[in-house]
Amino acid sequence: MKILNIFVVLFLFIGFSHLKSDEKNDELKSKTLKNIRCLICQGQSVYDSESDFASSIKLIVDKKINEGLKEDQIYEFLREKYGDWIIYDPQLNKNTYILWLLPLLLFLAGGAIIRKKIHKKNEK
Amino acid sequence: MKNKFSLFFVIIFLSFCFVVFYKGLNNSNTYAPTIKGKKKIPIFEAKDFNSSVYLNSKKIFEEDNFYILNIWASWCVPCRTEHPLLMRLSKNQSVKLIGLNYRDNLNNAKKFINELGNPYSQIIIDDNGTLSVEFGAYGVPETFIIDKNKIIIRKFIGPINNEIVEEIKLIIK
Repeated sequence: MKILNIFVVLFLFIGFSHLKSDEKNDELKSKTLKNIRCLICQGQSVYDSESDFASSIKLIVDKKINEGLKEDQIYEFLREKYGDWIIYDPQLNKNTYILWLLPLLLFLAGGAIIRKKIHKKNEK
Repeated sequence: MKNKFSLFFVIIFLSFCFVVFYKGLNNSNTYAPTIKGKKKIPIFEAKDFNSSVYLNSKKIFEEDNFYILNIWASWCVPCRTEHPLLMRLSKNQSVKLIGLNYRDNLNNAKKFINELGNPYSQIIIDDNGTLSVEFGAYGVPETFIIDKNKIIIRKFIGPINNEIVEEIKLIIK
């Protein structure tokens, strides 16, 4: 009887841990798909699109997750095939320096202008 | 003086925006990235169109030859327009055409080939589109030129035309 109880507990544990890993994979899948641009759609992510291209990418992402690839590795795979454009969140590289640094520079320039104006006002 | 300068700056800025958007209107809205660096063909297994036997990529591209991989489907209207050009290209001895049948009904695809002719030395099936993704394709039709080292050297998105055929002929010369 004791052995049977142990088996039942083990069975339930294995069953639930499997469910949990499925849930984790689903979460990873939807997070990844939301960050992939559907290249043939107008402003839609692969997650939102029902196009042939999007459904093929969904299958590929599913396959890669099951093969054990991490989110970044999947992005890298797709980037290699389609370029940086396919990912919504672009990486910092020589092509995207301006994209990342321009807002910061504008913010600093704006801050400097405001500071100068306040300084001038105080002088008056 | 200051107001005049501001007005001048605003006019210059608006003119710049107008030129950028006007030029953008004339651009094609299809995204066609340039392939950076040389890319080898992916390693894959695919079902043969005629025998349904699985073949690996090494077997498909085994000859020391230039290859043209053409992605097509019977439901794709532009594929019909480019088909006579593929038939013309297939007569060229220095290149082999491989057809990748994309998300298609096998019977319809066979009808398409029987009706228009078969330019391909081998046709493989991609019934869920994942093989096309391995090649970096967007849809149908799409054509890839593969050199003797099995490197993709050129990619044409959309149906090929006479100009492209001439370009291909120059590449495979």
